[in-house]
Amino acid sequence: MATTVLDPTHSYAGKRHVIVEWLTTVDHKKIGILYGASAFIFFLIGGLEALIIRTQLMKPDNTLVSPEMYNSLFTMHGTTMIFLAIMPLSAMFFNFFVPLLIGARDVAFPRLNAMSFWVFLLGGLFLNASFLLGAAPNGGWFGYAPLSSRQFAGGLNMDFWVIGLQILGIASLAAGVNFFTTIMNMRTPGMTLMRMPVFVWTTLVTQVLVLLSFPVITVALIMLMADRTFGSSFFSWAGGGDPMLWQHLFWVFGHPEVYILILPAFGIISEILPVFARKPLFGYSAMVFSTMLIAFLGFGVWSHHMFATGMGPLADSFFSLATMLIAIPTGVKIFNWIGTLWGGSIQFKTPLYFSVGFIAMFIIGGLSGVMHAVAPADLQQTDSYFVVAHFHYVMFGGSIFALVAGAYYWWPKMFGRMLDEGLGKVHFWMMLIGFNLTFFPMHFAGLLGMPRRIYTYPAGLGFEIYNEMATAGAFLLGSSFLVFIWNVIKSSRSTEPAPADPWGGATLEWAIPSPPQEFNFPALITVHGKDPLWDTKRAAGVSRLPEPQVVSGKGIHMPGPSWWPLVVAFGILIFFIGFMMKDPWSFPFRPVTIFGLAITIVGIFKWAYEAPDAHAPQH
Amino acid sequence: MPTPHNTEAAATMTTAVLDTHDVAGGEAHHTSMPIDNRKLAIWTFIGSECLFFAALISTFLVYRGQSLKGPGPKDIFSVGLVTGGTAILLFSSFFVVMALNGAQEGNRKKLLIWLSLTVLSGLSFVAMQVYEFQHFYHEGLGYTTNLFSSSFYTLTGFHGTHVAIGTLWLATVLKDAWKGNLPKEKALNLELAALYWHFVDVVWIIIFPVVYLMSLGS
Repeated sequence: MATTVLDPTHSYAGKRHVIVEWLTTVDHKKIGILYGASAFIFFLIGGLEALIIRTQLMKPDNTLVSPEMYNSLFTMHGTTMIFLAIMPLSAMFFNFFVPLLIGARDVAFPRLNAMSFWVFLLGGLFLNASFLLGAAPNGGWFGYAPLSSRQFAGGLNMDFWVIGLQILGIASLAAGVNFFTTIMNMRTPGMTLMRMPVFVWTTLVTQVLVLLSFPVITVALIMLMADRTFGSSFFSWAGGGDPMLWQHLFWVFGHPEVYILILPAFGIISEILPVFARKPLFGYSAMVFSTMLIAFLGFGVWSHHMFATGMGPLADSFFSLATMLIAIPTGVKIFNWIGTLWGGSIQFKTPLYFSVGFIAMFIIGGLSGVMHAVAPADLQQTDSYFVVAHFHYVMFGGSIFALVAGAYYWWPKMFGRMLDEGLGKVHFWMMLIGFNLTFFPMHFAGLLGMPRRIYTYPAGLGFEIYNEMATAGAFLLGSSFLVFIWNVIKSSRSTEPAPADPWGGATLEWAIPSPPQEFNFPALITVHGKDPLWDTKRAAGVSRLPEPQVVSGKGIHMPGPSWWPLVVAFGILIFFIGFMMKDPWSFPFRPVTIFGLAITIVGIFKWAYEAPDAHAPQH
Repeated sequence: MPTPHNTEAAATMTTAVLDTHDVAGGEAHHTSMPIDNRKLAIWTFIGSECLFFAALISTFLVYRGQSLKGPGPKDIFSVGLVTGGTAILLFSSFFVVMALNGAQEGNRKKLLIWLSLTVLSGLSFVAMQVYEFQHFYHEGLGYTTNLFSSSFYTLTGFHGTHVAIGTLWLATVLKDAWKGNLPKEKALNLELAALYWHFVDVVWIIIFPVVYLMSLGS
């Protein structure tokens, strides 16, 4: 969009106060950094919750936290890690790198992008504000009705959860539309779909999953909110409703959601391995089509979360088989990653350590996942610590390992400073050992019968040793991130700038300075293959391109900053808070809701009529 | 170690090595597919909305006949009124096509007449629904009366909200057109609202038989 010359002196950078600049920015790179910084803080909060949980479970009959507090801790830990840490950490990479990888100057709708971030941030703060009111959500991250219904969850706790997730859903859907359009329509000349970097592919497929699954949870949350606020009986037996409907709607969203969490990780790993193996990705098209197949099958397996509800042999068989099928495209990926490393000239850098760690840990989590697909076995494992072990191996061993790998890989591009290799490797070994010490014993605790979500357990059941190991591991795992923070501080104090292409990369982001200038590319690049930078280097007969020059950018028109995304985000927040006010069934007269709606509508109109050139098609 | 720095190549500027072309010279805006970004975004959004209404309609169907007490659909629906509303909505899709045709031809009169008719149709449908809801309420069908009422009001209420938003959007475009701010180069502004409007119409074409006609038939 933003490539036409209107005013040769038009540049917004550096002309406003730094706080105003960040509050009104529509630059995808700044928004990416905002996502990353906010999500990392939420990640630390979620991690702190996990450490309290582990301390409570360290020994039998512990009384560190009350059962009620424990419910809030595991609910907020799960909700935070999924919606406020992994998803927005992926969004950081979508924002910062998708436009760079496809050779674009920004996303299709820069202001919508800013709105997505602000809605996400306000939604996350809103969810966590519940702690200050002593009303943190306490019904589990999947909010099963009737545990989440007014009858069994009377306080504001689950209102915070229901409304918080509604708000976060708006952010995800807006970003989904934005990134789908960006990837389909903003690729640089020559970049056909089958030349896109695999990270761009997995981002695209992730957006499709978001677009098709979030509306379903939105409807479920609307009905739960209606039950809680207005007294309908969608999920209440007393009124003829069926709590099973909640489970179905939730998991129709919830299972695609786990692929929303893992597909971006697959993409990051697929970018890193070729660069550090010095050879192109093995089986590019198989990688692309297996991503699509995983996403497609991911919509047909939701009921494997519900084997224990007694759906009958036919449904159980169907969902068992569909779930096992997913192992095939996932296995294709694993073998292709190994094939990429095979015979490569391996460069043992920190991003590669985390990537290889990812493959190993994800295989363990994937295998226990296939075990759950066997319905009779699942009946033994469900709601036990075996399940907790499984999903931490895919979510932490998978997603977080890959996100950390991506952070080490792309840090120099984002901030123009290298992270320390030595500290990075210390971080890796602490994280790998701490992670396995925490979660591997949980398999055994689960098979011995330790249920999940219990705040304590009696002595003598054989759970002690596994819980002691897990708690020790959790603290090691937590402190590994202190090493990371130390690394970041050290790097920010360094005065040595990172080169444009520190790793010898294959993709377009390495062709421009670190960090990139506001407009990314002084001129659009035409690509002729899947690894454009390697092609260029080979054609020029060099092993490394010269440092790109920082240019003035005169004549490049970028979209202007705007306050309206922030205003609309506040309007949406206030609109939803209005539904928490306790005055049953007086909907048209809820003043706070009306006020929020008014702000939203005014904001949207101001936005639509502001600087029409920023959004209108340009000719 | 990263690959060694090639000092010889450093003399060459990156832009000379990479195959670049200068877009700052006033080249037309480039999209990868022959579709405007905004239009693609509306289509994407509509795809997402399909799942929103699919979930609402599924809920209505799952709870069909599950209410513990009345009134049920047969006691309350008046097919005449809603058939009128359906006709108005269907015709409005035709009106907006004519308006878009006028906008693309640069025919201001045609644009204003047909677009006004579209906005009027939208307003009439919303008015029909407000009247219908009030009527049902006075007949004893509150939002929480039974499963039928909750799922009916939620589904048709959200559809009505979509109609209201579409009407507001079209009215905004009408205001622009009235002020002469919708030349034919900007006809896309109307086309986007029209796309959304057709979608809202299509959803109603599903809701009308599934909610009203099937409930009366069974």
